[in-house]
Amino acid sequence: MEMTAKSVSAPKKKESQALKSFRKNKRAMFGAIFIIIETLLVILLPIILHTDPNTSDLLSGKYASPSAAHWLGTDSIGRDLFARLLSGGKVSLLVGLSSPLISVAIGLPLGLLAGYYRGVIETIVMRLADIFMSFPSMILILCLVAVVGPSITTIIVVIGVMGWTQIAKLVYGNVVSIRSKEYIESARAAGCSDAYIIFREILPNAISPVWVLLSFRVGGAIMTESGLSFLGVGIQAPQASWGNIINAATDLSVLMLRPWVWMPAGVLIVMTVVSFNFIGEGIRDALDPKMKRVD
Amino acid sequence: MLKYLGKRILTAIPIFFGITVIIYVMLNMAPGSALDMLASSEISVDSAAYDQLKAQLGLDKPVWMRYLLWLKDLFQLNFGTSYRTSQDVWTMVSQRIGPSILLSGTGVILAILLALPIGIMAAYKPYSKWDSVSSFFALIGSTLPGFLLSLLLIYVFSIKLKLLPTSGMHSSGDTSFIDLFRHLLLPALIICIGSMGNLIKQTRSACLEVLHEDFVKTARSKGIKEQAVVLKHVFRNALIPVSTTILLQIPHIIGGTTIVEQIFGWPGLGSLMISSINNRDYPVVMCVAVIIAITVLVTNILIDIVYGFLDPRVSYD
Repeated sequence: MEMTAKSVSAPKKKESQALKSFRKNKRAMFGAIFIIIETLLVILLPIILHTDPNTSDLLSGKYASPSAAHWLGTDSIGRDLFARLLSGGKVSLLVGLSSPLISVAIGLPLGLLAGYYRGVIETIVMRLADIFMSFPSMILILCLVAVVGPSITTIIVVIGVMGWTQIAKLVYGNVVSIRSKEYIESARAAGCSDAYIIFREILPNAISPVWVLLSFRVGGAIMTESGLSFLGVGIQAPQASWGNIINAATDLSVLMLRPWVWMPAGVLIVMTVVSFNFIGEGIRDALDPKMKRVD
Repeated sequence: MLKYLGKRILTAIPIFFGITVIIYVMLNMAPGSALDMLASSEISVDSAAYDQLKAQLGLDKPVWMRYLLWLKDLFQLNFGTSYRTSQDVWTMVSQRIGPSILLSGTGVILAILLALPIGIMAAYKPYSKWDSVSSFFALIGSTLPGFLLSLLLIYVFSIKLKLLPTSGMHSSGDTSFIDLFRHLLLPALIICIGSMGNLIKQTRSACLEVLHEDFVKTARSKGIKEQAVVLKHVFRNALIPVSTTILLQIPHIIGGTTIVEQIFGWPGLGSLMISSINNRDYPVVMCVAVIIAITVLVTNILIDIVYGFLDPRVSYD
């Protein structure tokens, strides 16, 4: 009885301590607040302002300068750029937040199984991860997108699937070191099933570095998506995305004379990725103070 | 050693076939086939002409048979003809290899030359200005997408300062080395900055680890000059993980140049890959994929050789 009470209360205490440490971390808090505000703006502003990202304003014409009617001017076919920036932000955040979940959904179970059972599963999973990791992911993503056809769902799934290796390797490494610990031995001696040991004993102890990697993957996914959309093989018009907004700057006259067209989207990409990286660092420091500044 | 290498090469062969099978089957299952692409460009195609075209391109056979035929041709270095330009694929692709190697090679060498000293100094003097430089580059490398950096540099160096050209490899009619260098500088710099962050981080942590080893203390207590301690005792040992990082990055740098090549109109493999994917010119895509797959496998084998060369403790059994 005493044992169970202890094991229930211990992680709770650690969690609140971690939260405290995260709150004290200025960079992490900046990142978290920036993302929360950005998400709210991207969702609420279009409703409040009634902006439409996909219709052309025939009166203002193409490449209008910023004005009261169009805060960031209009694009090459007269669509309101501020509305497109918000709409593109929604897509980027959606891709950024959902594709890492797919990576975890594939990588976590594979890493757990490979680390726990070793043997043939280990060989197959880890060699497969090696092959995936050694081949440049951009080329595979380009081929995959060409095959399935570019859409928001495709982009999410492709980026998500390509990210499974990092998660699987991380989980695998943790599981291998945890499974030789004494408490696992004692659970086995007590006759616990494999499923119980994997999910109740190993998983809670192996999962925390995954949260850290997850928030770094969000930033990575946003960068990949914007790169693909920039190249014209990602999110397709008329749907806006930060990447395809910046694509207008491949026209040198836009790059030079109309920085308001591409600069805001560029700044938002960098700020969003930086914020998610700060959050990741914050989680890492909060969960394991020893890991600070050692990398 | 030789026996080990032979074994490695033998295990690399199935991986090579694995990669080519995956990409070949993937590309051949694509909904918009090359045939539709060609057919839609002509005004009206009757079904007889369509079938004839299909047979001509070999698309009437099942996928596995086409793969085997493709494989047979591969061994004769015959990658077929391009669907779009009807040119020999190998002629098209081989022209692009040189510029790609030039671009990514310059980028990587620049990155090594800059990253190693910064990484060593950042480890030697933690929390100094070297350390801030190293975290600055790490931050840029992990948060600033290559296409954005390209645009910013074009904006500054080509448009504002009018120092460097914005695209291509040569100005028309000018084949001098200086002209090539001016075209090469910006894209190579972007590749360099993109891969530097990771390299600095690896060098720094590898050096940090070695700095506290006993043999470093011994060297110091023997009165060896500090510079020699750092360069000969610390850096040489740190080189083992660092060189692995460098080699492992090579295929990714080739993949990463696609965006840079596209922006700067650099006539390399990456821009050919993108235009061929967009045109569904699959023989060309396959050929580029094969070249990248071979690069990947060769670098992996190279890593093992370099490991054994740098670290005599590694045994090859």
